[in-house]
Amino acid sequence: MSILVNKDTKVITQGITGATGLFHTKQALEYGTQMVGGVTPGKGGTTVEGLPVFNTVAEAVAATGANASVIYVPPAFAADSIMEAVDAELDLVICITEGIPVLDMVKVKRYLEGRHTRLIGPNCPGVITPGECKIGIMPGYIHKPGKVGVISRSGTLTYEAAYQLSSRGIGQSTVVGIGGDPVKGTEFIDVLKMFNEDPDTEALIMIGEIGGTAEEEAAEWVKENMTKPVVGFIAGVTAPPGRRMGHAGAIVSGGAGTAESKIKKMQECGIRVAPTPSEMGATLYAVIEERGLLDKCKTHEATI
Amino acid sequence: MNIHEYQAKAVLAQFGVQVPQGKVAFSVEEAVAAAKELGGKAVVKAQIHAGGRGKAGGVKLAKSIEEVEQHARELLGKTLVTHQTGPEGKVVKRLLIEQLTDIKKEYYIGLVLDRAQGRIVMMASQEGGVEIEEVAAAHPEKIFRETIDPAVGLNPFQARKLAFKLELPKEAINKAVKFMTALYEAFVAKDCSIAEINPLVLTGDNDVLALDAKLNFDDNALFRHKDIVDLRDTDEEDPKEIEASKYDLSYIALDGNIGCMVNGAGLAMATMDTIKYYGGEPANFLDVGGGASEEKVTAAFKIILSDDNVKGILVNIFGGIMKCDVIANGVVNAARQLGLTKPLVVRLEGTNVQQGKDILNQSGLNLVAADSLADAAQKIVGLV
Repeated sequence: MSILVNKDTKVITQGITGATGLFHTKQALEYGTQMVGGVTPGKGGTTVEGLPVFNTVAEAVAATGANASVIYVPPAFAADSIMEAVDAELDLVICITEGIPVLDMVKVKRYLEGRHTRLIGPNCPGVITPGECKIGIMPGYIHKPGKVGVISRSGTLTYEAAYQLSSRGIGQSTVVGIGGDPVKGTEFIDVLKMFNEDPDTEALIMIGEIGGTAEEEAAEWVKENMTKPVVGFIAGVTAPPGRRMGHAGAIVSGGAGTAESKIKKMQECGIRVAPTPSEMGATLYAVIEERGLLDKCKTHEATI
Repeated sequence: MNIHEYQAKAVLAQFGVQVPQGKVAFSVEEAVAAAKELGGKAVVKAQIHAGGRGKAGGVKLAKSIEEVEQHARELLGKTLVTHQTGPEGKVVKRLLIEQLTDIKKEYYIGLVLDRAQGRIVMMASQEGGVEIEEVAAAHPEKIFRETIDPAVGLNPFQARKLAFKLELPKEAINKAVKFMTALYEAFVAKDCSIAEINPLVLTGDNDVLALDAKLNFDDNALFRHKDIVDLRDTDEEDPKEIEASKYDLSYIALDGNIGCMVNGAGLAMATMDTIKYYGGEPANFLDVGGGASEEKVTAAFKIILSDDNVKGILVNIFGGIMKCDVIANGVVNAARQLGLTKPLVVRLEGTNVQQGKDILNQSGLNLVAADSLADAAQKIVGLV
């Protein structure tokens, strides 16, 4: 089991003929993801990597039976692409695009209300269920199938966590990057709920960063509802206030959203926080060992 | 992106937001000429990208042309230190010469993104002219909020609710509603990330107008606002950050001596945190982003090295969308072009990692390879 994606997920790429979309569609095919087609307006009727290309998402869905889409469309047009996918009633839309204007995402979030599509991202690495389905830009080889869920606001830190787990012989159930933008489709709590209900996830790593209060709210939720151990990490202890640290969402303002406040809240809610990003894997390992979950979570030989 | 107060007022005026009459001046002569147009009496306001100017002596009342000249002479070229400039302060190069306003009472109006709701919120308070963060901390009940549905915009009834909560006189209610509506229209039309009118003032004639105005713009949306980009004042920014922005690199100068080049904002922050954890000090935040080219990597390297404080460089790449071979080629090119002599620690992992490592190994460069983030941070801290 897993959350969000598995071997039955049928995926189309929006922006399949662009350099990035094409490269990562190839990577997904190599990984074994069920890629069934792509969309680029004006290129309908052609094929790319053996996949049919359509002019619209609706046509692609009708022809291929796709239930998920991944978006590599440039930022100026990405919000429109998300809404097109939502309109086509896909179950899951994953938007990788970085740099979408915030007010475009405010509109998208409004558009999503009352519809059944789940949006992950934007500005995220995507979602992978190791050994079954890779949707996004994460390097496939660092992930191993297993029982630990990973959820993160940062793309590259997600890789760091998965890599550290795999090196220690701990596979992952599903790894989810929710993205670094202030307005996004899916928040920590949404994914925590899914992992809590997933019978094959035994423990979780949750990776946050400065800015906003989503980590604090997620920590409260964990305290009240979570039945599985959660290990955390927060990036940005050294970030100066008032400066946007790359991610549009990563800005400390008016004393709110600091790393210290988030770490303190997480610890109060029973989440063990790794002191450095290098220790995310080791911290998780220690916690599952203490809870007697190590045997269940140990899926392969460690390499370190 | 930030702009000056006088520019913000000009942008807002286009949408019908009431602002005092005024003019920018780059010299004492221009200040005097502007004051003459206003009839002699004027407020002389230093234009820098930081709040707290009043307390720092950057806003002066002048009752005559002579006083305008005196204040302008004193302020132009002066370094203002406010709680937002940092201890080094900012040099005043522009002044706003503005008509005197008959102030009956000061209020606060702001528009900002509420991340939890994913919507814009209008905030209003009778506590005008003070830091809204202080009001929020001490008296949260004194800030009134209206959440705006992006599909319909700010409804007149919402603006009315706020206006009545501010206890404005009857004659000013409709003017305030018009003001708030125009402010929201400007915010959306220009892709602002923050709009603050602090203070909004009620005049003796029961008019409402923006005595101060602060607009921040969403960097991601600047591609569709050339008029706003033209307002950028590069004197207010760090030259290294300006150079970085040309290459679409996300760079922030810091005080330490270890230059960092990382992909991904989260990993970049985490790398800085790890350097500090092992006793070092990062010289910068630098996220090369996802789709970086060799040229971009080379430019990033040059920017890091243009900081004289940098004693060594840590490259930490976990390739996803970014390919390790591209990074490796960029690093090798930059090191050769610049004749790099400072210690360089490189940690590569992810997409095309083997090609990347091969390029570095065959380059003949004197660099230290690291296996993990902790290893990389410890090595560079040991070398500087």
